Amino acid sequence: MNLVDSLRYHWNVNILGPSILRFSIWLREQTARRGWKSGNLAPPLKVSWRNKDLVTRHWLRGHYANQRSKVAWVTSGAPVELLKALDYYIVYPENHAAICGTARVAVDIMSEAEEAGYSQDICSYARTDFGTLFSGMTPVGKLPRPDLLLACTNICQTVLFWYRVLARHFNIPLIVIDTPFVYQSEASEHAVQFVLRQLEEAIPVAERVAGKSLEERRLEEVGRLSKLATELWLEIIERNQHRPAPISVIDQFIQMAPIVEMRGDAATVDFYAAMLKEVDERIAKGIGAVKGERKRLLWDNLPIWYRLRYIAEFLGEHGIAIVASTYTNAWGELAPFYKVERGLESFALACTYVILNRGTGHKLKTMQRMIEEYRLDGVILHSDRSCKPYSIGQMDQRDRLIREHEKPALLLEADHNDFRCFAEEQVANRLAAFVEMLER
Amino acid sequence: MAEVCALGIDVGSTTAKIVGIDDKGHIVWHLLEQADPQVGKQVERFLELAREVTTTPSDPKDGGQKNGVPLIATGYGRKLVLQATRKVTEITCHARGIYRELGHGGTLVDIGGQDSKVIGISPKGEVIDFSMNDKCAAGTGRFLENTASRLGVALDRLGEVTLSTEEEVPISSTCTVFAESEVISLIAHGVATEPILRGLHRSLVKRVVAMIRSVGLRPPLMLSGGVVLNPAIPYLLQEETGEQVIIPHHPQLIGALGAALIGLDLLPKEI
Repeated sequence: MNLVDSLRYHWNVNILGPSILRFSIWLREQTARRGWKSGNLAPPLKVSWRNKDLVTRHWLRGHYANQRSKVAWVTSGAPVELLKALDYYIVYPENHAAICGTARVAVDIMSEAEEAGYSQDICSYARTDFGTLFSGMTPVGKLPRPDLLLACTNICQTVLFWYRVLARHFNIPLIVIDTPFVYQSEASEHAVQFVLRQLEEAIPVAERVAGKSLEERRLEEVGRLSKLATELWLEIIERNQHRPAPISVIDQFIQMAPIVEMRGDAATVDFYAAMLKEVDERIAKGIGAVKGERKRLLWDNLPIWYRLRYIAEFLGEHGIAIVASTYTNAWGELAPFYKVERGLESFALACTYVILNRGTGHKLKTMQRMIEEYRLDGVILHSDRSCKPYSIGQMDQRDRLIREHEKPALLLEADHNDFRCFAEEQVANRLAAFVEMLER
Repeated sequence: MAEVCALGIDVGSTTAKIVGIDDKGHIVWHLLEQADPQVGKQVERFLELAREVTTTPSDPKDGGQKNGVPLIATGYGRKLVLQATRKVTEITCHARGIYRELGHGGTLVDIGGQDSKVIGISPKGEVIDFSMNDKCAAGTGRFLENTASRLGVALDRLGEVTLSTEEEVPISSTCTVFAESEVISLIAHGVATEPILRGLHRSLVKRVVAMIRSVGLRPPLMLSGGVVLNPAIPYLLQEETGEQVIIPHHPQLIGALGAALIGLDLLPKEI
């Protein structure tokens, strides 16, 4: 990067971009509606702007990433720390797809993939990614071209085929980390060793593409930061055991962006430390995410990105707060597996124990524990057409929760990114009937 | 006629129903019509007629609250009943209505025009669990209506014709549109009307039984909704589940009755 490019980069990423963002936030606070339409919902957290700032800068840096560093596209459960330690700029196509979902442009984008022949039965994140690939359409301006791909099978098998498409499209190396499924509560030693060997084999490939060697000390530092951020995130979500819950799961869905796409950065640790402080302030002042909180719910599965506001406001109007979620918890429950002193094995463990790489019994136990610890009144299970590994077993899990905990549980059919799979009237009717059940 | 103390209106996809009940919760007046796409006009007409027969009619101008009797709206079109005192879902209203009619809990299957539901009801009449048909019309009255029209059998004779034979042709498509194509193909192959109809009914009932299983069958099995008027449905449902099917006196009015009963709760109690 020459001097002019470097100046342009700093001007856009560090001065102009953030200034425009802050001005737009200030303008919205002065003029348009603040946060929610419903007066029953607490205003967004004050640290929200820092989240926006982090995410905006991340994507602004993405504009210039190809000129400044090597770029890797990775799956959400991948051991990203290896690449962070080699100074890769990281893109999570899943996160990008979720941004498209909340911006409600995902269906337009995924239609491009469908026109290219990709079936509507494929995950809507994958279709959104392919759509961006083929058309260049994205709400973040531009996605940097990857130099390396890293896919980990701990979230689903779709990523194997998804990343093969990417590898062929860009003609670049693809590292696949295959994580044996954890059927029982513990992974076998040889399964962890199997993942560890793959990580060891991945390093030379990542080093060759990066053009530099991995420093052990740097990897340890990134691992430490990942662990810290994960621990803070877990603390934040567990604060919802307080009544009223200080932050709704809908807020958590928005605030989880840094823990997913900026894990291993110091700024992410600072952000969650500030967020924990604000959450504690809310608890001290008795502020709840839903004013006059009457009922507390659990959310299972990915969010319905294009209807977050609708769900929050509908439930909020009835004094109902979603306070716990297996999905946001998934990014916190890995904290104990980051054992920095064990080096690479720490990342092998964190990869292996991802929620979707464990049996459905683990998820059921998590929900049962949450019902007790968070003193919940009911459960919403989002049956996500796109995410089969997350949705499988939900019928049985629902039955067990109803039978063993006598809590009403609703199975809500939708899709995390494709609003064509969301039947507005039917969902509204089911939600309304569920609310009436809770209120009886 | 006893005084109407509360009104319940059920605006469904196929029919619209209004029920007036006395202070004891007995149905003293009702109307049932094919659903008009202009829901507002139909409701207005219903309320005009209600004013003719009730001593304390609901007055839409005051929202049915101040001077009139409470009006509770249910059904998919409930949001369009602007005069309603409250809007309550079909699940709650059906549970309330059937409990009043039969006096016990169990599993209620309501098969409507475009909507089917299974409701688990506790011995106290509370909703324990429910399931509704998926995003399509499989397992609803519309499934039979569409496919039967291809066979040229009048709706009110569907059950009779179906039960007139023991023969049955399996229909593999649960999708209403594809089942219609399947029926056309069977006719083209010279298959008789009766076995096709029986196969169609079996397909619908199997779809409903799958919904019952998702909620879990708590006997007794109760049945309501317009499709109940077709005798083949309770017959086959009984055959598929092995459970005696109980049908209330007014199977099409259960939702509206439940709505009216919820309205009755809103009235101040006399001491």
